[in-house]
Amino acid sequence: MMASNYNAKEEDGHQPAAIGHGGAGTVKNKKPDNTAFKQQRLPAWQPILTAGTVLPAFFVIGLIFIPIGIGLFVTSNNIQELEIDYTGVDMSSPCYNCSQSYSWNSTKPCLCSVPFFLDQPFESNVFMYYGLSNFYQNHRRYVKSRDDSQLNGDKASLTSPSKECEPYRTSDNKPIAPCGAIANSLFNDTLELYYIDPNGSRTAIPLVKKGIAWWTDKHVKFRNPGGNDNNLTVVFQGTSKPVNWRKSVYELDPSDPDNNGFINEDFIVWMRTAALPTFRKLYRIIHKKTNMTPTLPLGQYILEVTYNYPVRSFEGRKRMILSTISWMGGKNPFLGIAYITVGSVCFFLGIVLLIIHHKYGNRNHSADIPS
Amino acid sequence: SRKVDSRTIYVGHRPCPTTEALIPPKFCDNRIVSSKYTVWNFLPKNLFEQFRRIANFYFLIIFLVQVIVDTPTSPVTSGLPLFFVITVTAIKQGYEDWLRHKADNEVNKYLVTVLEDGRRARKESEKIKVGDVVEVVEDETFPCDLILLQSSREDETCFVTTASLDGESNHKTHYTVPDTEKNLESLSATIECEQPQPDLYKFVTVFSRCVVFFRSLGPENLLLKGATLKNTQKIYGVAVYSGMETKMALNYQGKSQKRSAVEKSINAFLLVYLCILVSKALVCTTLKYVWQSRPGQDEPWYNQKTQKEKDTNLYLKMFTDFLSFMVLFNFIIPVSMYVTVEMQKFLGSFFISWDKDFFDPEIQEGALVNTSDLNEELGQVEYVFTDKTGTLTQNNMEFIECCIDGFQYKYADSGTELDGFCVTDGPVSMLQQKAGREKEELFLRALCLCHTVQVKEATGQGDGVGDGMIHPADLRGFIASSPDEVALVKGAMKYGFKFLGMESKNMRVMNRNNDVETYELLHVLNFDPVRRRMSVIVRTKSGDTMLFCKGADSSIFPRVRQEEVDRIRMHVERNATEGYRTLCVAYKLLSSEEYDQADTGLREAKLALQDREEKLMAVYNQVETGMSLIGATAVEDRLQEEAAETMEALQGAGMKVWVLTGDKMETAKSTCYACRLFQRSTELLELTVRTLHSWAKSKPVSAFSVPPRSWSSANQDYGFIIDGATLSLVLNSSPDSNSSCYKSLFLQICQNCTTVLCCRMAPLQKAQIVKMVKNSKGSPITLSIGDGANDVSMILEAHVGIGIKGREGRQAVRNSDYAIPKLKHLKKLLLGHGHLYYVRIAHLVQYFFYKNLCFILPQFLYQFFCGYSQQPLYDAAYLTMYNICFTSMPILANSLLEQHICMEVLMDNAALYRDVAKNAMLRWGPFLYWTLLGVYQGLLFFFGVRFLFSNPALQDNGQVFGNWSYGTIVFTVLVFTVTLKLAMDTRHWTWINHFVIWGSLAFYMFFSFFWGGIICNQKRVKQIKIYILSLRFVT
Repeated sequence: MMASNYNAKEEDGHQPAAIGHGGAGTVKNKKPDNTAFKQQRLPAWQPILTAGTVLPAFFVIGLIFIPIGIGLFVTSNNIQELEIDYTGVDMSSPCYNCSQSYSWNSTKPCLCSVPFFLDQPFESNVFMYYGLSNFYQNHRRYVKSRDDSQLNGDKASLTSPSKECEPYRTSDNKPIAPCGAIANSLFNDTLELYYIDPNGSRTAIPLVKKGIAWWTDKHVKFRNPGGNDNNLTVVFQGTSKPVNWRKSVYELDPSDPDNNGFINEDFIVWMRTAALPTFRKLYRIIHKKTNMTPTLPLGQYILEVTYNYPVRSFEGRKRMILSTISWMGGKNPFLGIAYITVGSVCFFLGIVLLIIHHKYGNRNHSADIPS
Repeated sequence: SRKVDSRTIYVGHRPCPTTEALIPPKFCDNRIVSSKYTVWNFLPKNLFEQFRRIANFYFLIIFLVQVIVDTPTSPVTSGLPLFFVITVTAIKQGYEDWLRHKADNEVNKYLVTVLEDGRRARKESEKIKVGDVVEVVEDETFPCDLILLQSSREDETCFVTTASLDGESNHKTHYTVPDTEKNLESLSATIECEQPQPDLYKFVTVFSRCVVFFRSLGPENLLLKGATLKNTQKIYGVAVYSGMETKMALNYQGKSQKRSAVEKSINAFLLVYLCILVSKALVCTTLKYVWQSRPGQDEPWYNQKTQKEKDTNLYLKMFTDFLSFMVLFNFIIPVSMYVTVEMQKFLGSFFISWDKDFFDPEIQEGALVNTSDLNEELGQVEYVFTDKTGTLTQNNMEFIECCIDGFQYKYADSGTELDGFCVTDGPVSMLQQKAGREKEELFLRALCLCHTVQVKEATGQGDGVGDGMIHPADLRGFIASSPDEVALVKGAMKYGFKFLGMESKNMRVMNRNNDVETYELLHVLNFDPVRRRMSVIVRTKSGDTMLFCKGADSSIFPRVRQEEVDRIRMHVERNATEGYRTLCVAYKLLSSEEYDQADTGLREAKLALQDREEKLMAVYNQVETGMSLIGATAVEDRLQEEAAETMEALQGAGMKVWVLTGDKMETAKSTCYACRLFQRSTELLELTVRTLHSWAKSKPVSAFSVPPRSWSSANQDYGFIIDGATLSLVLNSSPDSNSSCYKSLFLQICQNCTTVLCCRMAPLQKAQIVKMVKNSKGSPITLSIGDGANDVSMILEAHVGIGIKGREGRQAVRNSDYAIPKLKHLKKLLLGHGHLYYVRIAHLVQYFFYKNLCFILPQFLYQFFCGYSQQPLYDAAYLTMYNICFTSMPILANSLLEQHICMEVLMDNAALYRDVAKNAMLRWGPFLYWTLLGVYQGLLFFFGVRFLFSNPALQDNGQVFGNWSYGTIVFTVLVFTVTLKLAMDTRHWTWINHFVIWGSLAFYMFFSFFWGGIICNQKRVKQIKIYILSLRFVT
């Protein structure tokens, strides 16, 4: 037959009931709203990269970054820094004996003095750091081995520290305060600095131990249990000192109740774990004297070390660093170099692209420059 | 006990008095359920289905590992995003299921009339029970499968269309149960029928009245749910199958989930990243144990292991270390990418339904999005399969012109025509010259007589035919198997000859003088596709016997005198290239001997038991000779609005358009010319039954002897035409070695042609073609567009199915992925929306991988500096919130709003579509670029900060930074860099882009101040800012 499936098709389109199994329902739309959003016609800024915009951008970036980089570089270079390794690896070094005869239990401290010469005076405030190498303060087992709520003065955590502190959680069935591997391995060398007058007499350099910890750490994160109760001995009753410590936490600085217990700044500085296995931590500050003399005049010095902290077992090193500080922190030429590099690369690319644009720009009208 | 394979139904629930006590049989109710979930099973079922997805399962495993094993990051970091993903997906699926519930309800709550105890009661459709007697009025659809008991028509029949079931929209006649009582209230009968089965054309039933009265019933008594009552005022029927047991419900195959090609790319990339992840974890684990083997490193005095760690087996420890590294680096495979992609698709699809350009004032509807998963696929289409009728054309035939005896008659525009043509002595409006009046009238009479059109009874007001007058405007009054027959009859009517209908073998025609002429219809020589013509033999009042024949030019010309052909050929050819469907009309005066001979021949052939077809054909061919040509007609199958422009744009965009139609070849070919799919210069290759026959005679070796190599050389456009019968020979030929060779050869030929036309296609064959192309080499993305139920199969088969909200019911729309009101909207849907969506999602995916790579790479590098101890670089909060809060909104907004090229430009330059063809932005090249960018930036972030930290005293008070500050600085630089990278890629800055990009940076800073208040102070931020600037411009 003639086209049997091809017939006068009548308006059977709109059946009264949508019969059958629809997928998603047939929602009868009314006329769509003519709004800019729905019609995808929102006014828009359509930046088009052309030689006219990209080339100046390159030059501007170059011209801004190079001076900044030079500024940073010069600033960094003006910072004075002196680093002394006192680990005592060599037979010749003063601390060799101390580093060899190490024992946690020895009651007699081992002393050694390292002489050094300062060929330039340090003019402004001098910051004294101790540095450790190959010391993995960022090891996961180490990082998490602490109880922040205990350090924040929580009484319950004081008596039953977090499980994370294992195996430095209890000793002799008493909870350790402060618990954990970080606290247990507190850096306990004592560093003292003496200026040797040309006439041979030693002058102790005053080392300030306050202001080395972060404000937020000292006032927010770390708190002694018992609040302002000055009698820390009572507060820490029933707890044990960390196994490697010679004295209890409340004996860290008995002279100053504001710097004792958990809020001891040396302790707080140590508890802020370093990012890399070679690190430095702020130890003391030598404030600039009011008169015009430099903080550390040129001359001979002696670093007196009470050598307690063993590093030879993991091939670590110990350093003492003296440094002045600029607005951008300690000596670090990296930022300056990075800025200069980026600036010069931009500038150079700008020139190259400018040449290309001049030579071939006329041929190809839309010389887009990939960024 | 009852037999299992049949069911007994009591009509009207009245048991026979003779039978024993009624055991009320239990059947399912008439509720249609297409929804997947209920309120109660939603949670378990949905969760189960979600975790069947590989990605979700992977994240669940990671989460469980984190819970069980001691891992560096807390379970929250991966649990929270996973929870978020699961929740969002569940909400989306819940919403879609709610829509299905709503659609179901619309059907289920539809009010129907049921006869209950002699009263007519309105009931909701879902409450119909098997055995209920249901009343259905004209144009209503049947609410369930019914057995027709009574019809308002006198001849005990009713007409239905089953367009939504099988795509056939012609009227089918169904019969009532013979010899039943007229009084349905008192009818008590049982129906014994088989258990429900999906075959639409099979139905065996016994109808029995309680006394000895049996009737067996067949499919002609069954009215299927989903069919529509036509041309019948009302019927009564008894429900036999209901709800999910109806034949339609049994035939319904759920839409299979379509997955887009982008998702395949994502999975491939995911695999790469999984390899990176595993190798990272392996490297770290290996290095860890190498490092630990050095003395003093594994367990220095300051960092002792716990007893438990010491006791653990070494290999178990290695394994848990490996798992820990996996967990630490697992952020490289972003959970949140899935949720962002889902959200982008879901929200993005709104723009399609919101687009006012898709709004059609005629049907008061815009575009409809059924699936949001395939938005980007619209930008990747390589093959377009289009239906012809109703899609390319309006299926609205119009008589355009005719040519009588070599003179062209153009039908003038409407409005003035009636006056012009009713003039009795003047000619029909004629351009230059006119043919003789006699010829004109003969031609018009031929048009009025040579057809199989029936006049439709005017509904509502009695029989309009009886008066002998049909109102000329009542153009709906014809029913025919082909719309061009109607167009011809209507065309003749415009020239003054009206066909009034049949009256017991007499055809009644009203001529220009309003006189009714009657002709006795002696024989109809039916149309068949081989002969390609049809004839009628009529006897006039005066006793002359005449044969009128109409048919394709190629089949008429050899059977008429040559000099007549020459006069008309030119017109016919010109009309054909203009896309009109041309028919030639011829006639022959039969002498009584000739007629007697023909008559006996025809009668014998019709009664023949063997080879009836061949015998009939022989007689037909014998009768239809020596005719004289009167003229030719040109009928236009009106194209859809802008059909040609749309097709041209699609071809300009590099898509190959295949027309798949059930229509005749000539018709389809003329449509292709009209749509400019075939040009004048296109060389047509025909592979049809006809050409096969002729080839078989000449060279029986192989029909496929066209050497494919020769064509690429010439710059010639080829069009390929194949018909259904030949196609089934190619596709389903006997399973010897040649068949697969034919198939691939066929495919090869098709792929080299600009346009392929497949005519005389069954719906299933359409799907076969789509499937064949879909699975061919390179697996191109296919798109099917159609409007009718017969297109459903190919719509479901193709990657993207588009339904046109046409006249042929809603079946195609319901099964489509996208539905648009008109064909012309396809252009914007593909070239505009599709292109943009593809670019957006491609950028989204690449950006996500990039941003997570440079997020995790520093964490990996950090392991080299922390003794491979799985120490995370970033704070847990940052790890969790990086993808959720800090960097997700800008990319989401970008992937919804970005227009790298404006919509108008995309529409105007179809060739731009080729830029993104073949998944151009998600190939390995761009992926490599983004990956290398991520690696480069990750290295820069980490080592930049590493060198900065060579002196960790970074403040003017000399205090030093710790490990968390290190991570925070890296993280800050990272967040700023990836956000600014996105800003640099954004080409379309609306206020929303500005808001989310700068807003999320501000939010990050704000959050860091509060969160990091404990671990940092203000001065750090200043440092970071300087540092960011320095790094930013390196990238």
